[in-house]
Amino acid sequence: MSTWGSSFRGVGVALVKGFWRDRSAVFFSVVFPLMFLVLFGTLFDSTTSSRMTLLQVGDVAVLDDLDEGARGAFEQSFNVTREDDRAAALDEVREGDADVAVEMDGSTMVAHYTETDQVRAAMVQGTLSAFVNSANLAATGEPPRFSFRAESVEDDSLEVIQYFTPGLLGWAVAMSAAIGAAATLQGWRQTRLLHRIQLAPAPASAVVSARVVVTVLTALVQLTIFLAVAMLGFGLRLEGSWYLAVPLLVAGTLSFMAIGLLAGAVSKTAEGAVNTANFVVLPMAFLSGSFFVLDGAPQWLQTVSWVMPLRHLNEGMLDVLARRGQGLTAMLPQAGYVLGFGAVVGALAVVLFRRANG
Amino acid sequence: MMAAGDVAIRTVELRKSYGRTVAVDGVSLEVRTGEFYGILGPNGAGKTTTLEIVEGLRRPDGGTVELLGSAPWGREPALMRRIGVQFQAAAFFDRLTAREQLRTFAALYGLGHGPADRWLERVGLDGKARTLTQDLSGGQAQRLAIACALVHEPELVFLDEPTAALDPQARRNLWDLLRSLNDEGRTVVLTTHHMDEAESLCDRVAIMDHGRVLVDDRPANLVRDLDAPVRVHLAPGRVDVVAARALPGVETAADDPESGLTLTTRTPSAVLTRLAELDALEGLQVRGANLEDVFLQLTGREYRA
Ligand SMILES: Nc1ncnc2c1ncn2[C@@H]1O[C@H](COP(=O)(O)OP(=O)(O)OP(=O)(O)O)[C@@H](O)[C@H]1O
Ligand SMILES: [Mg+2]
Repeated sequence: MSTWGSSFRGVGVALVKGFWRDRSAVFFSVVFPLMFLVLFGTLFDSTTSSRMTLLQVGDVAVLDDLDEGARGAFEQSFNVTREDDRAAALDEVREGDADVAVEMDGSTMVAHYTETDQVRAAMVQGTLSAFVNSANLAATGEPPRFSFRAESVEDDSLEVIQYFTPGLLGWAVAMSAAIGAAATLQGWRQTRLLHRIQLAPAPASAVVSARVVVTVLTALVQLTIFLAVAMLGFGLRLEGSWYLAVPLLVAGTLSFMAIGLLAGAVSKTAEGAVNTANFVVLPMAFLSGSFFVLDGAPQWLQTVSWVMPLRHLNEGMLDVLARRGQGLTAMLPQAGYVLGFGAVVGALAVVLFRRANG
Repeated sequence: MMAAGDVAIRTVELRKSYGRTVAVDGVSLEVRTGEFYGILGPNGAGKTTTLEIVEGLRRPDGGTVELLGSAPWGREPALMRRIGVQFQAAAFFDRLTAREQLRTFAALYGLGHGPADRWLERVGLDGKARTLTQDLSGGQAQRLAIACALVHEPELVFLDEPTAALDPQARRNLWDLLRSLNDEGRTVVLTTHHMDEAESLCDRVAIMDHGRVLVDDRPANLVRDLDAPVRVHLAPGRVDVVAARALPGVETAADDPESGLTLTTRTPSAVLTRLAELDALEGLQVRGANLEDVFLQLTGREYRA
């Protein structure tokens, strides 16, 4: 075997074993971000029932006279229960056990609701008055002149999980790539393994490639685990050109490694390097919309946010994973920025490291 | 491979400073192929810095190095294959077992598992093959570091304090290994703080202090040139101190009621014959000068920073 190939393989295997045996590294790069995915996934689970509970007091003509199809549509929004004791029905609404109680007052349908949950109150009012209107229309015997249909621009299959999986994944990859590079550089410098390797005929490019490839493989493992958990547990769907997430993620990994190298180059110890990398990655994740959307943030923050490579990675990942129909043309500029950022930071790291280590 | 007697290492007037600390101050050395060469000196004398300049890790501020016929700072792969280096503090990959460690170093030289496993056995660590490096004892880690330096069968080996932190058994054990390396024709350059070790192993030693080489010769020559008197120790109550001083050839005599009488002389055979006639040989000990005396005479007894 050539010295290049053998060094590449040897160092690569050593790095994989060293990583896998470092429980805290495995925890922080895989388990910890996954905990966030599960947490967010459970909090925003859109499959839980959003039907409102409706108590029907006495006969309510509008409801009782609904034909088969209209009744079905109504029950998609309301869970109807009969409660003929008016006082008891109002108490239930007051205590929040039911969303609304309806009764007839002559030809007027009266809805009793509580203002504690204003969103729900508005939904109750809007939906009920819509039904009353259409019932009125039906009573005239005329066909409706206008009709209305709502369609989301994304796709009705799109769920919240499509949005936060890319962001959390970007954060996870940024964390493990930057910390891995920082710890290796400073750790090897400190134990003088770097010097020891220099005294072997192993080409520097083989050793560097091994580190890069192991980090990229780690990122791909993170991607696989994330997508698997999000798909099986929370209904994530892979559609369109989702596979473009792979080259995007590779570009991101290289860029975050460069950040890690810079953190390593300006630190004196391995612990210091890891802390510096963390110190950079966590704020970057917040500023890049990994945890929440930045649409409401002030303009200056948006501007800062677009400097971060993670912001571009997140946008690119959203384009290919969440916004259907977005493909190569959406992804290439983001990947380009991410790689360019990495090249600049990486070059700076090399210069600083050379200066610090003669 | 160079022939025995050729020059393996030649340095001329090496200089290196770190800020205001002058670490190496005009070191000129010559190590011949096949030689077992020792560098001795107090802490901070500049031994490690000298070795690292010769290995090509550090650039000197001045002077030249010739290592196996070439300059060492090109990182010439062909040259790297011919030298083996063990650092004063072991440098290992994180969280690998002893065997994996050695195999990884072998891979850096384009070698497979065979040589790695052979060297693991040769340094007596085959029983610790599956132990993580960080769980090895200090002496075991030291032996592993030496194996890592030798896995590619270099012809020139640099060992920086290989026996530091070893117990006496392990030290003797390692001496055997080091001797066998030299017997196989390898040139060995070693630093140590153990004078007995240098005396027993080295063909030639250089004693350094404050970045300079004070002497450079065979240990036996250094001891002889010291021209120190032999010390003869007698059991208490054998000979009276006044009588002892009067013996022909005795230079000094000092009495200690508990440990006995100590004489110094440069004609030990004549003095011992007289002591035999006085029936004072029982419990007698003779101690000639050794490398430690040479070392202390050259470098003094002051503590080093
Ligand atoms: N990287 C460095 N930066 C600054 N000073 C250094 C550096 N390396 C060595 N020195 C200084 O150079 C001098 C020589 O150090 P060196 O390590 O060569 O000594 P040594 O003879 O190997 O000592 P020891 O027996 O303790 O290993 C010391 O005063 C040391 O403090
Ligand atoms: Mg030293």
